[in-house]
Amino acid sequence: MNRIPVLQQALAQHQAHLTRRWFFRDCGVGLGMAALHSLLGGSVEAAPGRPGISPSGPLSAKPSAFPAKAKRVIYLFQAGAPSHLELFDHKPELAKWNGKLPPAELLKGYRAAFISPNSKLLGPKFQFARHGQSGQEMSELMPHLARVADDIAIVKSMHTDAFNHAPAQIFMNTGSQQFGRPSLGAWTTYGLGSESSDLPAYVVFSTGSKGTSGGASNWGAGFLPSVHNGVLFRSGGDPVLYLSNPKGVDATAQRQTLDAIQELNRQRLGRVGDPEIATRINSFEMAYRMQSSAPELMDLRKEPQHILDLYGATPGKTTYASACLLARRLVERGTRFVQIFHEAWDQHGNLAGDLKRNCADTDRANAALIQDLKARGLLDDTLVIWGGEFGRTPMVQGGDDGRDHHPNCFSMWLAGGGIRPGMTLGASDDFGFNATVDKVHVHDLHATILRLLGFDHEKLTYRFQGRDFRLTDVFGEVVHKLIA
Amino acid sequence: MPGSPQIRLDHPRDPGHCVGVVNTPASFASWVRAGLRILLLLGWIGVGATSWGASSTNVARRDHWAWKPPVRPALPAVRRGDWGRNPIDRFILARLEAEGLKPSPEADRVTLLRRLHLDLTGLPPTPAEVDRFLADKTSDAWDRAVSGLLASPHHGERWGRHWLDAARYADSDGFEKDKPRFVWAYRDWVVDALNRDLPYDRFVIEQIAGDLLPEATESQRVATGFLRNAMLNEEGGADPEQFRIDGLIDRMDCIGKAVLGITIQCAQCHDHKYDPISQEEYYRLFAFLNNDHESSMVAYSPSEQLRRDQLARQIREEEEKLRHTTPDWQTRMAAWEASVRGDQPKWTVVRCEHVGDHGERFYQYEDGSIRAASYAPTQWAAHFRGTNDLASISAFRLEQLTDPNLPCQGPGRSIHGMAALSEFKLTATDRENPTNKVSVKFIRATADFSNDEKPLEAEFDDRSGKKRTYGPVAHAIDGKMDTAWGIDAGPGRRNQSRKAVFVAEKPVVFPKGAILEFELHQEHGGWNSDDLQTHNLGRFRFSVSPDAQAVADPLPVAVREIVMNVPAERRTPAQTAAVFSFWRTTRTNFAEANARIEALWRQWPEGAPALVFAARQGRGPGESRMVTRLFRRGDWLKPEREVTHGTPGFLHPLPPGADDSRLTLARWLVDPRSPTTARVAVNRLWQQYFGTGLVETVEDLGTQSPPASHRELLDWLAVEWMQPSRPGVPPWSLKHLHRLIVSSSAYRQSSRVGPDLLERDPHNRWLARGPRFRVEGEIVRDIALSVSGLLNPTLGGRAVYPPAPEFLFQPPASYGPKTWVEEKGSDRYRRSLYTFRFRSIPYPVLQAFDAPNGDASCVRRLRSNTPLQALTSLNEPQFVEAAQALARRSVDEGGKTDEQRIVFAFRQVLSRSPRPEELRPLKRLLDQQRSRISEGWVNAAEMATSRSESVTGLPPGVTPATLAAHVAVARALLNLDETLTKE
Repeated sequence: MNRIPVLQQALAQHQAHLTRRWFFRDCGVGLGMAALHSLLGGSVEAAPGRPGISPSGPLSAKPSAFPAKAKRVIYLFQAGAPSHLELFDHKPELAKWNGKLPPAELLKGYRAAFISPNSKLLGPKFQFARHGQSGQEMSELMPHLARVADDIAIVKSMHTDAFNHAPAQIFMNTGSQQFGRPSLGAWTTYGLGSESSDLPAYVVFSTGSKGTSGGASNWGAGFLPSVHNGVLFRSGGDPVLYLSNPKGVDATAQRQTLDAIQELNRQRLGRVGDPEIATRINSFEMAYRMQSSAPELMDLRKEPQHILDLYGATPGKTTYASACLLARRLVERGTRFVQIFHEAWDQHGNLAGDLKRNCADTDRANAALIQDLKARGLLDDTLVIWGGEFGRTPMVQGGDDGRDHHPNCFSMWLAGGGIRPGMTLGASDDFGFNATVDKVHVHDLHATILRLLGFDHEKLTYRFQGRDFRLTDVFGEVVHKLIA
Repeated sequence: MPGSPQIRLDHPRDPGHCVGVVNTPASFASWVRAGLRILLLLGWIGVGATSWGASSTNVARRDHWAWKPPVRPALPAVRRGDWGRNPIDRFILARLEAEGLKPSPEADRVTLLRRLHLDLTGLPPTPAEVDRFLADKTSDAWDRAVSGLLASPHHGERWGRHWLDAARYADSDGFEKDKPRFVWAYRDWVVDALNRDLPYDRFVIEQIAGDLLPEATESQRVATGFLRNAMLNEEGGADPEQFRIDGLIDRMDCIGKAVLGITIQCAQCHDHKYDPISQEEYYRLFAFLNNDHESSMVAYSPSEQLRRDQLARQIREEEEKLRHTTPDWQTRMAAWEASVRGDQPKWTVVRCEHVGDHGERFYQYEDGSIRAASYAPTQWAAHFRGTNDLASISAFRLEQLTDPNLPCQGPGRSIHGMAALSEFKLTATDRENPTNKVSVKFIRATADFSNDEKPLEAEFDDRSGKKRTYGPVAHAIDGKMDTAWGIDAGPGRRNQSRKAVFVAEKPVVFPKGAILEFELHQEHGGWNSDDLQTHNLGRFRFSVSPDAQAVADPLPVAVREIVMNVPAERRTPAQTAAVFSFWRTTRTNFAEANARIEALWRQWPEGAPALVFAARQGRGPGESRMVTRLFRRGDWLKPEREVTHGTPGFLHPLPPGADDSRLTLARWLVDPRSPTTARVAVNRLWQQYFGTGLVETVEDLGTQSPPASHRELLDWLAVEWMQPSRPGVPPWSLKHLHRLIVSSSAYRQSSRVGPDLLERDPHNRWLARGPRFRVEGEIVRDIALSVSGLLNPTLGGRAVYPPAPEFLFQPPASYGPKTWVEEKGSDRYRRSLYTFRFRSIPYPVLQAFDAPNGDASCVRRLRSNTPLQALTSLNEPQFVEAAQALARRSVDEGGKTDEQRIVFAFRQVLSRSPRPEELRPLKRLLDQQRSRISEGWVNAAEMATSRSESVTGLPPGVTPATLAAHVAVARALLNLDETLTKE
């Protein structure tokens, strides 16, 4: 019997095949010769220091085109669109205009989702102050983030194309308002692969009071191979669907069943020679490993009390804070991209009360994540992103305690992963209506994120339907001022 | 690609699409550049290298092979004469010989039969079918197996699924609300069309313009559901026009990918970079689709249609009897008509606009009516304001009007097109003096129809626990929000225009007229505005009259129209019948017959709503033709010059004088002169059989597509399909194509592969071996259900809800709470085709195995192989249920010994018998489980049934431990690579 050599041979063949396919079909010509070389060269030996990781296949760890400042991403997506005017973009002038109609020239050609654009202005609801050595300005709602003000960069000049939630969320996550395109996370794992052999490369949490407007397409693979789909984790219970053994099947029975499956699969591989069977054998092994690694990952009781306190997380409770702590645990274990969707920020009404509550739910954990990553030396190469899909109108909606959707101006912050800490980029007009200085469009943000991950956003492409698609379509300028 | 004769060069590519200055070379320099470009292109065309350049289409690109209609090529010469069954094989063999390769031997008969079953029906053969086939030694055994499977109703289910991918079918709207939608009648139409082998040209025509065919049938109208599979955004504040345009763009994309094989959507924003389609040509095609209503009809199942036609006949007979027994009915009816002709007061329409935040959006029509659209809050008050000149107003009329854009034609917005008006309120303001304001009190309400008082249906439950009813129109002015005016006349008669008249206690008297603010309180929807619980008004109109005696005209709108405007002698029989049907209800001496007819109406079948497309009529409110304009950069807010209908110049022409109807477009798409249509469909079919198309990019045969592996074979198949060489075979018969392919020797090869061949041809493009790949997600699940005996093979009907984790359908996994009522009966075991498909919450089993979610047209699924798939087939409850059911079958039917039972289960799952070395690990697994159960490590009942209660009803001699151990074996079998694979 020469079963083992046949298996090895088939595996090697399969790796070579995958690599070629990777380049010729999946990569187009986007990655350049250096990447080609390393992809081909990398196929015969495992990445040094990381035994057990399949050296090829779409999720194998891959080097980036430029030296990457960020190796992984944690994206804290504040779905629903937080009010920049109550959080980061201090507008004392707007307070003076409270109750007055906006200047007519401001509204030229402007469409609003719900309100008549010609509605009265509403002054900011909260006090602002400067924090840290950098003097970053933020509102009283975020005392914890104020502590790490010197570690983050605030962008006050974001703008986008869409002003309904679903299209805007899809736009922020995929660079297109049309559904069916790959998400930022999918592009990232497509470009960089995974560094984990037993956890998904792209993990998603949803922690808000609702799900996102864009749904699963926010973290979808679009036309990329579906292996790049984000995997939705629950922050409590079984984190991954169908992770637990069926009732009546214990770990030993599962292993024994798997042994029988794998032996029969190996026999079949020897007989028919299809390398896909070798991949299936690997998939089942990784699934088995995930059955123990995922619960281990999720077990927050293993965290010391001071860390739990830092985040405000309670083991067994599914909260934004738990998800932030899990995000750190995931990136420690090699997951490439973690995205937390917190859909809670659509304050058409009850602006002041809801903002207070949302910040109470998230502020401590946001700051803790920065501190914790920093303490572990992970912040340097972990990019943390905070923001929603658009901003909110300086005009009031419904009485005196709500704001409508607003695409022309909003704020985000970024930290770590090569971001210049302690800086404020951009500015808006006196009403926070239009971004005016150092405007950053969604495509620019994407180009910058990809650049931090080591990619030229114009070259990370995928051929589909006869053309090379990219995250930034034909737009996007890297915002060099943001990069340290 | 190794071995490829045409190597694609690395060349500078434009990376994307949506940039676009529509430019024509103006300067001298640009003329020079354009000239150089053509020269270069002429030189490069053979290697597919088209490069920079923005917009101008040119001669060179039009030379692309796929732009010329296919011509039947001569069969190539081959050296080897002993291989091949039909012309397909000549092309395959010629290619193999050119590559220095040899075909593989034929696969063994069991493998072949399983392959054939999975390909033609998506279900594996039963061991009995295998035995029958093995026992059939006649020469046409294969042909008979093929014929049997092509005639199976499951054939349409299996192949319908591929078309539904292309048609981006889903059971929900997408976007944040992602509400359920009713389009499964279309899904059933597709399955049925394939089963009856509707020729492909008809198949396409009916889906794009079935409603416009002469004497269009109900089924042909249902077929236009194809055009309704676009996503729809009804989130609060969404502008319906924006998403109507988005839907149109999606339709273009879908037709491009699924029918034309051309990536036309690039040209939405600018001229195509590579293929000779200009932005103007894109909008010319767009113009064919821009004049329609996104409509909905009541569709009846075949048995309902029978019942309905029978009832209609009985009603006609009853009316005929009345005419017979009343010989002077015409005179009497004319006298009645004369008596009602002048009985209506003069009404003045008040044109209104919506005031307040735009949760719901409103279209204004030329006749002063208003149609609600987009987001539909379930409990709210809509305010409308209009001015009016009358010095004194006593009566106020609210008409509810049907409209092709409303569910089932309306007049309301509930899923059946119904509405409930909780309260009608009005404030009148003096035009001269705005401080002079009255809140109008109403004392009398009349309506042409109100339904009997009834409690709200479950779909409108608002979880308040309050008793909420609807019925008589007086409820609209009774000051109570729990009662409403209802207009539900039941199946068959619901969807008609209705009206109510409200008379004020005191006339509104303002000498210069009044500003009227109408409040429509619509509190009779359910608790969840993110679901299908609206009960809002759809299209309506306000009018006023000084007449304090006014009552709602009892005549239906259509009858009133005939009575007033069509003299008796000029009426069509249908018009006369319509007047008669109303008139008879006014005759007390017809009471008995009327009661009988009423009883018949009450038996009318319910039917189900179905999304369809309907053309604008060209005249009448809301029916005027839309002008198509080119959008700058594809942005609907930047319309530019007007564009008329037309087709891309590089494709076949339209017939002279062709109009701009969808039917013109549909016929053009399937014109046999079309260079791509047949090739695209044939290529897609080939892909399903062999894993890869003859051109890999089945969605794009344009200049950027990779070289075909067998271009001549593609052309031969395309021509053979349109002009079959076998007598008696109709053109465009898909079953003919299926038969051709599965009859070839190429298809029947063994799929085994050695290292040398794998190295030479890793993707099996040259087909020196048979196809071998993991089946689609639906089939993965269907196999488990089928081999375990759980499958419920019922065809068609509403989508079903197999088990799924409940949390997926609740926030925060879902945007809003969704309804997923797990099926308790055998509907949980229906084929995966029927599983309800929420776009935002894809069914997890199918998603894990790469099923697309319907966001966009998908003609080529990628196949992944992931740990999440392994977790699914190992642990998902229905896979576990299948293992338990299969084990139960093996102890019940499989024989007396362990080995017999293992062999039984093995054959169910894999169709073949195990080899001795394959039995060994399974026996070991069995023994391991038995001993662990006896040692108390695991519980037999739990493993066997997932429940703790003891297992009963086992055959004599079978212990729960034995059953449980066989469950482990069955579970292993269901998870084998071979099980999930077409070998």
